[in-house]
Amino acid sequence: MQLVIEASALRKHYGATVALDGLDLEMSRGEVLALLGPNGAGKTTTVEILEGYRKRDAGQARVLGEDPEKAGSAWRARRGIVLQSCEDVVDLTVSECVRHFAHFYPAPADPGEVIERVGLTEKSGSRIRALSGGQRRRLDVALGIVGRPELVFLDEPTTGFDPQARRQFWDVVRDLSKEGTSVLLTTHYLEEAEALADRVAVVNRGRVVASGRPRELGGRQEAAARVSWLGPNGWERAETATPTALVRQLEATFGGEVPGLTVSRPTLEDVYLRLIGEENGEGEVKGL
Amino acid sequence: MSATAPEPTAAKQPASAPRSTGSAPVAISGAVPAVLAAPTLASRARAFASASLARGQVEILQFFRSKDAVVFTLALPVVLLAMLASIFSGYVEHTSVRFSQVYTTGLLAAGLASTSFLNLAVAIATERENGGLKRLAGTPMPRTAYFVGKAIVVLVTCSLEVAVLLVFGHFLYHVAFPSTLGRWWTFIWVTLLGASDMALLGIAVSSVPRTARSAAPVANLPLLVLEFISGVFVPFTALSHTLYDFAGAFPLRWVAEGYRSALLPDFFQKVEPTHRWDHGTMALVLLIWCAASLLISAKTFRWTGRGER
Repeated sequence: MQLVIEASALRKHYGATVALDGLDLEMSRGEVLALLGPNGAGKTTTVEILEGYRKRDAGQARVLGEDPEKAGSAWRARRGIVLQSCEDVVDLTVSECVRHFAHFYPAPADPGEVIERVGLTEKSGSRIRALSGGQRRRLDVALGIVGRPELVFLDEPTTGFDPQARRQFWDVVRDLSKEGTSVLLTTHYLEEAEALADRVAVVNRGRVVASGRPRELGGRQEAAARVSWLGPNGWERAETATPTALVRQLEATFGGEVPGLTVSRPTLEDVYLRLIGEENGEGEVKGL
Repeated sequence: MSATAPEPTAAKQPASAPRSTGSAPVAISGAVPAVLAAPTLASRARAFASASLARGQVEILQFFRSKDAVVFTLALPVVLLAMLASIFSGYVEHTSVRFSQVYTTGLLAAGLASTSFLNLAVAIATERENGGLKRLAGTPMPRTAYFVGKAIVVLVTCSLEVAVLLVFGHFLYHVAFPSTLGRWWTFIWVTLLGASDMALLGIAVSSVPRTARSAAPVANLPLLVLEFISGVFVPFTALSHTLYDFAGAFPLRWVAEGYRSALLPDFFQKVEPTHRWDHGTMALVLLIWCAASLLISAKTFRWTGRGER
């Protein structure tokens, strides 16, 4: 499998603050990879180093086969960037703006099609100043993909979206992915990572602390199941590696339907909080 | 996916068909994956020209879309002329030259400074803060194209501003146009060199303010001081020699002198410190500032906001 991103032992500090502390990350072509992590974990720093905006202090980075610090404009044409909140070009119309950015790429997509794809066709003649926050964000996406990039960076793309806008946005990302575009996404929203990502990497304190398929992250699929039911003396629960056997046993005990039965495994959120919590706990001890 | 077709959409089309693109000339290079296509000098030059033109177009579009900015930029020197002409009416002693003619030379220089220096310093600081610069830097746009776009919009707006002042002055305050073809030529090159010079200085200064909001006051104070000591609002003959010599280290005084040489009769040279209009020194000072601004900009220009490293 061809790698579009290979980063190892990335380090970056801002003054006394360590932002990246030996971060390793790989991404295969065609993959949708979500970087999850609390604020200040180093997600944006990582992405900006890979985009070519920031210089790393140490470590190796190759994106689409080139070092982002040294790569030129041909390389820039192969990746697209959707930045966090931009407030520029407010006096242009949507259509003028997308057309303008298409000019910079050697083989751009049709601006009209890109506008259609992000759902802004009705707004294509409107001034950008007049767009809502969600529409503005979709325009940002249009500008990030108009050059038909092989790799797209999406930095917290749906922050501030309502649930419906978020779902529409997910469809855009799924379409890109279906065509083989690789997508690196940072997000605060676990359900977003679960809905979109082939793979999740949890970043905390400047390092990747776990990575894997959303269903398998942190041994989630093998984790003990939690079974709970309403017994004669109130709620009871048990953690077991063999929930089916336990339920069968309960069925026999109750002679049929088990009252209030639920069987659950840790959610992505449980796993995530555990990963983040463990790390933070460790840090606090060190800090003492 | 094959190594020669890194663009995912290429896989959906027959191998022989070039991928469809928006415009015909790009389609030829578009058929070859960007990785393999060695960019020739010609294709680079074409990309640079097309990006520069696109930038110029968008800059002009954006300038004229902000109507209040257009009106106030163009009106400022005209209003100043109207006020000065109402205070100092009549003729310069022992001459047939109106005060309005003299003031126009200074206001042309001041107008040029606001339209090029001030506007650029503020516009770039704003684009740096609102993420516009960062977004452009993330595209394959050749970075020089951004500055060419700025040059285009500055030349267009400066020409317009100078023309508006001259025409209003002519019809409302009897300001005479340059009297000979040679003087017209002086008028034009002073405008072009002055605008370029002060625009470059504006680009260099745009990195100084900490925020977009502070850009206008940061750029305005030194400009206002220069305007006073360069003989723009106050006749330079009323200034101390020390002050006027100090102003000689900056472009504005020379631009004003250049306009005097285009619009005033020759005997006005007598009152200049060197008793002549010194085009040589003027060009030298402006070119030195051009070079210095370019150097400073090359060293300090940032595409991202302060605090982003």
